[in-house]
Amino acid sequence: MTSTVSHAIGHEHHDSGSQTVLGFWFYLMTDCILFATAFATYAVLYRNTAGGVSGKDIFDLQYVAVETAALLLSSITYGFAMISGQKGLRSGVMTWLAVTFLFGAVFIGMELNEFHHLISEGNGPGTSAFLSAFFGLVGLHGLHVTAGLFWMAVLMFEAARTGLTGRLMTRLNCLSLFWHFLDVVWICVFTVVYLKGAM
Amino acid sequence: MSQSHEAVAGHGSVKSYLTGFLLSVFLTIIPFWMVMKGGYTRQVTTLDIFAFAVVQIVIHLKYFLHLDFTKNGRLNSFSFLFTAMVIVMLVGLSVWIITAADTLMMR
Amino acid sequence: MLLLGKLTLDAIPYKEPIIMGALSGAGLMGLAVMALITKFGKWGYLWNEWLTSVDHKKIGVMYIVVALIMLLRGFADALMMRTQLAMATNGHMGIFPPEHYDQIFTAHGVIMIIFMAMPFMTGLMNIVVPLQIGARDVAFPFLNSLSFWLLVSAVVLVNLSLGVGNFARTGWVAYPPLSELGFSPDVGVDYYTWALQISGIGTTLTAINFLVTVIKMRAPGMKLMEMPIFTWTCTWANVLIAASFPILTGTLAMLSLDRYLGFHFFTSEAGGNAMMYLNLFWAWGHPEVYILVLPAFGVFSEVISTFTGKRLFGHKSMIIASGVISILGFVVWLHHFFTMGSGADVNAFFGIATMVISVPTGVKLFNWLFTMYRGRLRFTSPVLWTLGFMVTFSIGGMTGVLMAVPGADFVLHNSLFLIAHFHNTIIGGAVFGYLAGFTFWFPKAFGFKLNEKLGKAAFWFWQSGFYFAFMPLYVLGFMGMTRRLNHTNNPAWDPWLYLACFGALLVACGIGCQLLQIAVSIRDRKQNLDLSGDPWDGHTLEWSTSSPPPVYNFATLPQVQDIDAFTDMKEKGVAYQVPEVYAPIHMPRNTAAGLVIGGFATALGFALIWHIWWLAIVGLVGIIGTMLVRAYDSDRDYYIQPDEIEQIERLRFERMGIDVDDYSEPETTPSKPGQRPVTTA
Repeated sequence: MTSTVSHAIGHEHHDSGSQTVLGFWFYLMTDCILFATAFATYAVLYRNTAGGVSGKDIFDLQYVAVETAALLLSSITYGFAMISGQKGLRSGVMTWLAVTFLFGAVFIGMELNEFHHLISEGNGPGTSAFLSAFFGLVGLHGLHVTAGLFWMAVLMFEAARTGLTGRLMTRLNCLSLFWHFLDVVWICVFTVVYLKGAM
Repeated sequence: MSQSHEAVAGHGSVKSYLTGFLLSVFLTIIPFWMVMKGGYTRQVTTLDIFAFAVVQIVIHLKYFLHLDFTKNGRLNSFSFLFTAMVIVMLVGLSVWIITAADTLMMR
Repeated sequence: MLLLGKLTLDAIPYKEPIIMGALSGAGLMGLAVMALITKFGKWGYLWNEWLTSVDHKKIGVMYIVVALIMLLRGFADALMMRTQLAMATNGHMGIFPPEHYDQIFTAHGVIMIIFMAMPFMTGLMNIVVPLQIGARDVAFPFLNSLSFWLLVSAVVLVNLSLGVGNFARTGWVAYPPLSELGFSPDVGVDYYTWALQISGIGTTLTAINFLVTVIKMRAPGMKLMEMPIFTWTCTWANVLIAASFPILTGTLAMLSLDRYLGFHFFTSEAGGNAMMYLNLFWAWGHPEVYILVLPAFGVFSEVISTFTGKRLFGHKSMIIASGVISILGFVVWLHHFFTMGSGADVNAFFGIATMVISVPTGVKLFNWLFTMYRGRLRFTSPVLWTLGFMVTFSIGGMTGVLMAVPGADFVLHNSLFLIAHFHNTIIGGAVFGYLAGFTFWFPKAFGFKLNEKLGKAAFWFWQSGFYFAFMPLYVLGFMGMTRRLNHTNNPAWDPWLYLACFGALLVACGIGCQLLQIAVSIRDRKQNLDLSGDPWDGHTLEWSTSSPPPVYNFATLPQVQDIDAFTDMKEKGVAYQVPEVYAPIHMPRNTAAGLVIGGFATALGFALIWHIWWLAIVGLVGIIGTMLVRAYDSDRDYYIQPDEIEQIERLRFERMGIDVDDYSEPETTPSKPGQRPVTTA
């Protein structure tokens, strides 16, 4: 009789990284649906301007183009960070993560500036349903990016302290999915909100 | 511990990231230009910017998120397609329901 | 008083005798429980073995404990409602003024759906699914613990609302504009939103957890389509959770933005659209009811096939039917608001889609009937629950198809006919299913069987009570009585209201029997031990373990070759093999992190409700901080060594009458119900 010795211990460790990434992917799918809820709400409320401003009045497409460029660039710099990671180059990872962080911070800074501008002009979210939906959707995306930046900083700290462990690579993998997915959402945002709104 | 080769999301290469990036830039500039320049009908512009968005999303999924239909990548891709189907139903039906109601209320 | 936000001593309803009575009663019971734990010196045991556990079996039990406690609270609400309606007729105002009564029916709905049915389902799923797929635990044991404590956090908030402030008065759906600040300025709706948000996160995490578990951790040889049917129905439910709960999260967040920051998503002014709330709420709400009922369907499949001794008819078609129900469940939600006014085209689409859903449901029903055909059905209490379900749920389904006709629904919407329909399906479907599952898997979880006589008595009280309580409501619906009425004034309705009240009392007797059953079963446990681990001659892998299973579930991972993996092993004589050698087993360590995060979540929720902003920050920082501490905790697992495993397994084999030392390759005859396999040396 061959006893079915339980599977090698190493097998479990090897698998747990891919399990984590798979679980994180499923979480990202739920996040997609959360954004879909915000998009659906925007789609039905964007015309309800309550006599106030509409997208045409407040959207500055050149500004949004710069924001878009920052986010898109941050996506490939993150990609370069991952390539460095796969090659085991810690300094490469740190450098590219820092560049990514900078681009992300530029994006958030610009967005905060835009929001501040709108609110101080009396076009804050409490003015109309359109503005509520705008701030809600774009703000939701911005919150996600901010959370991503915070997470990025934590991982950079971890990389500095303990190097490129398997655990760190799994976490960087997850953040990579998160970060690229946020750029995907931004494509929808600039199309549906800004481009359509400015037409 | 030596790094493990997380094969789930697939690997990118510098070339694939740059390809994805350049395509994305192209697919971003055109819709922006179309709207900023004006001169196209509303319908054409709307259709085009949405079409470019969809294509760019696919570019992102392929070159940045490394989705594919290989044995390892199939699950991620199918779960994304399922999610996309749910989103289309949710957003599409919601817009239909509410605009129908708004029309009847003469909003 | 910035320190306490909106909170003052006035928040405590000391002028309301009924509430103060309830609070005192609950408080005394709580103190009694704590006193008993102290008396028997069990705080350490409780902390180490249960509260900090990441073991799916323990977490599952705790979920069900919470569910049963909340069943009592939700049922108390039901008794109060039936009493009020029986009393408050023809000029009498009853004992609950509207400001109180409206909270009762709101709490009843929220508690029964979110804090009784969902935890009950999650608890059964936790205990059973990893065992059924031959796994040692779920994919993310810590997240599992976290999910549970987020539920507890929400339960604490809901129950706190009884004594500190008030609960929502909007009905369990909390439609704006009633739920907006203008019409609900007090904390009730905020208790509602934060409790649901917190528990919703936990539920979503559970779904992700179990989806990864089922994909990645099945025993070798078990193909996806060969998973047991209960596991499959839970999997579809988890897909639904992952796809629908984010909608609820978003919708409640938008309502909160309206209430806290003056946004205008759903307000009556500035262009808000309250109808969008209804639309989004039910886009979640309809999948939610399939989340509740699909696992119950899975229980029925397991129970029928086990107690007829036959393989489930149409295993594959059951899986596909469940999948079709799940996907269709995403295109029917408008049937909850045909009357909102989207017009005939929209209504027609959703009406037809709703009727189509009855087709795969019918497929499942026929498969159960075909399973029973030419079988020898043993009429145990789980089977009684199942047979009761078949009749009761079918009636509820049929009234549902009736209301799927928009024209009919215009008459019946929000009448008691609707109330009768959904209780018909939820009680007849989900609750009966969970109660059947409770009895079915109780021996596996605790090592002894439940008292069968009291179990049967409980069933008959519940079944008869259900019909007395809800059939009159169909009649009342046709007679024009709407839901959520505080008092009535139509003598023709009275006899039906009295019958319904009587029905509620019958159900109360049923619940009483169940409480008694638990007490008696614990008292008599030594006479009803499940020594073999297979008390019902089960078909699936959970029955191949001891009762209760060891912490690692399987000393050696089973090799699966067929559907009904355990029956297959018994028939081939390989069900109970004693291995020559054991390997160390990798186990996750217990941790308090889930509990701590839950505590901070409670603080955060309470603080947001009462506008105590500094406390909210503390809660949020606490949650993130604890997550970081956990993320960098390197002492999170250990190995059970072979000698310890050998000891545990030796004991298990001895209980089954297998002599480990005198063991040789057995020539086993297939086992009979309840017996261990007979070996010839």
